[in-house]
Amino acid sequence: MRLTQGQFSFLPDLTDEEITKQITYALSQGWAVAVESTDDPHPRNTYWDMWGQPMFDIADAAGVMMEVNACRKANKNKYIKVLAFDSNRGFETIRMSFLINRPSAEDGFELVRAEGPGRNVNYTIRSYATEKPTGARY
Amino acid sequence: MQEIVERTVVDSDKQITDMKVRYKSGVLKYKQMGYWVPDYEVKDTDILAAFRITPQDGVDPEEAAAAVAGESSTATWTVVWTDRLTDCENYRAKAYRVDPIPGSDNQYMAYIAYDLDLFEEGSIANLTASIIGNVFGFKPLKALRLEDMRIPTAYLKTFQGPATGIIAERERLNCYGRPLLGATMKPKLGLSGRNYGRVVYEALKGGLDFTKDDENINSQPFMHWRDRYLYCMEGVNKAMAETGEIKGTYLNVTAATMEDMYERAEFAKQLGSVIIMIDLVIGYTAIQSMAKWARRNDMILHLHRAGHSTYTRQKSHGVSFRVIAKWMRMAGVDHIHAGTVVGKLEGDPNVIRGIYDTCREVNVPQKLEHGILFDQPWAGLKKMMPVASGGIHAGQMHQLLTYLGDDVVLQFGGGTIGHPGGIQAGAVANRVALECMVKARNEGIDIWNEGPDVLVKAAKWCQPLRAALDTWKDVTFDYASTDSVDYVPTPTPAL
Repeated sequence: MRLTQGQFSFLPDLTDEEITKQITYALSQGWAVAVESTDDPHPRNTYWDMWGQPMFDIADAAGVMMEVNACRKANKNKYIKVLAFDSNRGFETIRMSFLINRPSAEDGFELVRAEGPGRNVNYTIRSYATEKPTGARY
Repeated sequence: MQEIVERTVVDSDKQITDMKVRYKSGVLKYKQMGYWVPDYEVKDTDILAAFRITPQDGVDPEEAAAAVAGESSTATWTVVWTDRLTDCENYRAKAYRVDPIPGSDNQYMAYIAYDLDLFEEGSIANLTASIIGNVFGFKPLKALRLEDMRIPTAYLKTFQGPATGIIAERERLNCYGRPLLGATMKPKLGLSGRNYGRVVYEALKGGLDFTKDDENINSQPFMHWRDRYLYCMEGVNKAMAETGEIKGTYLNVTAATMEDMYERAEFAKQLGSVIIMIDLVIGYTAIQSMAKWARRNDMILHLHRAGHSTYTRQKSHGVSFRVIAKWMRMAGVDHIHAGTVVGKLEGDPNVIRGIYDTCREVNVPQKLEHGILFDQPWAGLKKMMPVASGGIHAGQMHQLLTYLGDDVVLQFGGGTIGHPGGIQAGAVANRVALECMVKARNEGIDIWNEGPDVLVKAAKWCQPLRAALDTWKDVTFDYASTDSVDYVPTPTPAL
């Protein structure tokens, strides 16, 4: 399967040049760019591993790209996303989020159905990857 | 002798200050009763309303404005002595300004101020019972339209506001940086639960974030509500597992009674749905009840504006949709259908812009060319997500993104389900069109002009998008709007 979280997952994987352009856009809006990685891509896994703090004080895309590349180098076979945080009133949340790295094989998820009375079904989405301990997943 | 004095006074247009004359039994002009106060100083806590009035022939516009103020507050047709038991000066609404409307010969914009104490806290029903109550049938007016309102912070703070709001909705859905995508299930009536859930699954699997019940899907003989909810949630969860994204389907809980609606909402919650839906026709009180339920139960609340065109569409009479949008943000819904500009339903670009600002800005400044007649700070009420739905397709993506921005749900019903390659292909086409357009815009490309090229380029590698563009490329709905703005910015002369 192909995990389609993020803004651009239906497009071909972004090249470095394309990533740089998106980062340039985020910085032009005054947003702080951050990089996060995970080996647990469950749709409700909110807290991926932060590659340091959001880069509040880096104003050029080349500087951000150095961090992006360092994170990719350290997490070659994990999911990595670039985020942009907006601190302005009325937002104070994430304004951009797109994947820039994927494992070579994406295992996907199992839909577990627990049948109850009255035709009710309790659904659980379970990542195949998390059957294994962290560090041995991808 | 006394009678002669009285007649002289009664012929005047001024407020009568001699209390003995003022409260003598009989009929006075509304201006004489004190509903026209041109030198009134608006208080920060006043509720303000702007009405488009069309007086009957021979009725003076200021008198008509005073009558609107009177009939929407304390007045009745004749003088009553019991006014004198109250601080009636305070409770009287005051018409304080009347402007002729540009481009019309018998319409005027009347501005009226209402004291805060005229209204019960946190009640849209009470607010509207005055503002759009008896006054709309008042004979001396040919027509009356509520164009805009200014709700003071003091009153706004008595309302819950959107149960979830745009920010929390996006955080719950883990979806940022692009409009959300939805589709209304079609045919809107007649599918069995099983077949209906199939359409939900295919559309979500293909790449949409949301699917939606239509306004008139409740619990009919062909598909009862429990059946629909069960099959829909199978589709939602299956699509989530296959994409790794959070998905939702707006389960319409509209029903005959509050008890029925609560029962349906509870079942939707039990099944793990992230969102439920109601129709505008359930009424303001029911909407506020469901908004409170939604806040208590972590549920996004979608509002379909079924019925609004009966009173919002004609410019001379009724209520502007920007006012309805304002009331709904106060009442506490999270999603509201607010127009597409380019689709099949009514929508002048400037009017729509004003409505979208009303839904999702923290502070909406007066902007006459968008139909916004008052400054409206929102006092911390959450932002409401506008929904664009009705006759839109992938080929219009650059226009939709330009007109409507990022915080919007773009709903392609026919534009997904009517795709020649099937529902999943329709959803893929919409998602690819959206993502490539957002990406291009962020890269600095002028999508208003180069958008069609961006789509054609993406269609080279995305067959479903190519098929969508081929199928709908010439479909536009280019009719003059019946609801447009009255004020245009005056261009600065060149020299």
